[in-house]
Amino acid sequence: MDFIENIRLAVTGLLSNKMRALLTMLGIIIGIAAVITIVTLGDAITSTVSSTMEEMGGKNITVLLEEKNPEVVLPGMSQTLGVSMGFDIMGNMAESDLISDEMIGQLWDRYGDEIQALSMIEQVGNGKAQDGRAYSNLSVSGVNGDYEKSESLTLLEGRFINDRDIDRAVNVAVISDKTAKAIFGQADKALAQEIKVHMDTEIQTYTVVGIYEYEELVMPMTTQVAEEDVRTAFYIPLSTARKQTGAPDGCKSFTLMAKQNIQPSELADKVESFFDIYYRDNVNYRCSATSMDTIIEQMDDIMGTVSVAIAVIAGISLLVGGIGVMNIMLVSITERTREIGTRKALGATNGNIRIQFVVEAVIICLIGGIIGIILGILCGVFGSSILGYPAFPGVGIILIAVTFSMLIGVFFGYYPANKAARMDPIEALRYE
Amino acid sequence: MSETKQVIIQMKGIRKSFYIGQPHELEILHGIGLSVRKGEFVSIVGASGSGKSTLMNIIGALDRPTSGEYILDGVDISKAGDGELSGIRNRKIGFVFQTFNLIPRTSALKNVELPMLYSGTSKTLRTARAKELLEIVEMGERMSHQPSELSGGQKQRVAIARAMANDPAIILADEPTGALDSETGRLVMDLFHKLHREQGKTIVLITHNQELALETERILTLRDGNFISDEKGGQV
Ligand SMILES: Nc1ncnc2c1ncn2[C@@H]1O[C@H](COP(=O)(O)OP(=O)(O)OP(=O)(O)O)[C@@H](O)[C@H]1O
Ligand SMILES: [Mg+2]
Repeated sequence: MDFIENIRLAVTGLLSNKMRALLTMLGIIIGIAAVITIVTLGDAITSTVSSTMEEMGGKNITVLLEEKNPEVVLPGMSQTLGVSMGFDIMGNMAESDLISDEMIGQLWDRYGDEIQALSMIEQVGNGKAQDGRAYSNLSVSGVNGDYEKSESLTLLEGRFINDRDIDRAVNVAVISDKTAKAIFGQADKALAQEIKVHMDTEIQTYTVVGIYEYEELVMPMTTQVAEEDVRTAFYIPLSTARKQTGAPDGCKSFTLMAKQNIQPSELADKVESFFDIYYRDNVNYRCSATSMDTIIEQMDDIMGTVSVAIAVIAGISLLVGGIGVMNIMLVSITERTREIGTRKALGATNGNIRIQFVVEAVIICLIGGIIGIILGILCGVFGSSILGYPAFPGVGIILIAVTFSMLIGVFFGYYPANKAARMDPIEALRYE
Repeated sequence: MSETKQVIIQMKGIRKSFYIGQPHELEILHGIGLSVRKGEFVSIVGASGSGKSTLMNIIGALDRPTSGEYILDGVDISKAGDGELSGIRNRKIGFVFQTFNLIPRTSALKNVELPMLYSGTSKTLRTARAKELLEIVEMGERMSHQPSELSGGQKQRVAIARAMANDPAIILADEPTGALDSETGRLVMDLFHKLHREQGKTIVLITHNQELALETERILTLRDGNFISDEKGGQV
């Protein structure tokens, strides 16, 4: 008996009872749609996060001082928690505990050929540039020359902060094109102009030496604000910043950028052991170095775990769907007992009957699977564009979904089909 | 009836019993002997419950006798396996049932094609043959109709066309007119006569209708699992 005839038979059977067919398929539809949606969203999230991380500096290593024996608080969270709880854990840090310029010099001597850039930052605080009614919100930071490289800033006009500025601790600034437009009307007019910045208690005047291109993050970290109120970074020399805040020389943290051919995680390990020598005898502090790529790896690990959890949930839903198909097949076989008897009287072998019902179960699952795939694609594409990173499920996962739904059909259709195949023809014909 | 015609159904000492609970074994057929020649039109009559259908199922290779010997067109049925029986039903037997047993939601044409589907006939051949058969039973205009759109007599004519599909040696009809009014039953009966006369089919007919039985060449009367008479000149 040819195969096409079996498929035709199954399809006519399903069409004659559309509602029942749809309800039967529901489990498969939901299971497959869930898998496709979640895989698509997962892809979108992973690539959004990695590209954001990459943007924030995939080759970067953060070196910072942390307490050796943090009480109560978890390692790595000490700083944020301490601040938010209203007392400063780092408050009793002495100037001798800080990473000195001398240590950094030694680090350069040792690992200079693996380091692309070493950037330091000293936060001064939030401020506002104002000129008449024009204004621009700022976040003022003191930086060194390498900061440009480690943050991959794009300079549009002029130059960045350099060593001479730092040596002389002058009031010069590199501003965003946004600030330049707001205050001077046009980005290229800002160069060599003076800009007044209102801080909490004082007003500082700077000479603009460069303008960089402001880039929005792919994944906004802060809540949305009006376009003109967006706070952009305002860079001044590190030494100028320290003079203003009264911070001592030396720093609590800095950022390293590994050279192109260097593994950031390996360099981070070396840097950490380099500083261990200096901080071996320090009772309170040690120096930790963390690379961005280890954070990305951890992200991947988390996504992996999430995927396994989702696979389990989808598996359960498909199992339930499969049992639903099996149940409806058993019902259908009982209803069609006389038909089965007639077919046998007309010469159908047990094999003919078995194939007929297995094909029927496979067709149910396949149609359910295809509907599920379409639904999953719609949800995945829609959901990922809401997340701001449109993604489309790969051909691989679609093929897997198709194959898997057919396998469910074979697996859960076999038992009912075999039951039909083994019916006694006379009893089947006498069935009322 | 010529003596040279070959015997197509040869039964000796056929017994059939059913198990109904452990200690009881109910014997329905008590050693039936029967021989039917090719081209004969035989009717089997008898009271309800006398075992006519049970015997018919054995003749049609749907069931195996508990004991006894049955040779159908040279094949020993008592020794055949399930697969072999399917093949015999498919090619040598054409069933016509009292309740028609057409496959629901399937056109008359597809119903007639069904036995040819199981015998592996090609699509073009089986469609052509099914159309030809439906013309013979005068159902050519109703080919694409589903069973639910046909009258009882029309259904039975489609069922007869289906029974003829693989050009079987024997047509077995168990009360084919039982569910039809006498007029429609007449039409169906005429069709059997036509097949017998024009195509030389061997036909075994079970009926409660004495008039219809009298039209056949031979009447076998069954009572309590034994033949008690074989009228119109045949031998038991
Ligand atoms: N599977 C079975 N199990 C037990 N008893 C059975 C079975 N099949 C048939 N019988 C019994 O065998 C006897 C003969 O049944 P059968 O159907 O052959 O009668 P019949 O002559 O065809 O009757 P009718 O004219 O009413 O169709 C009946 O008494 C019936 O109860
Ligand atoms: Mg009967």
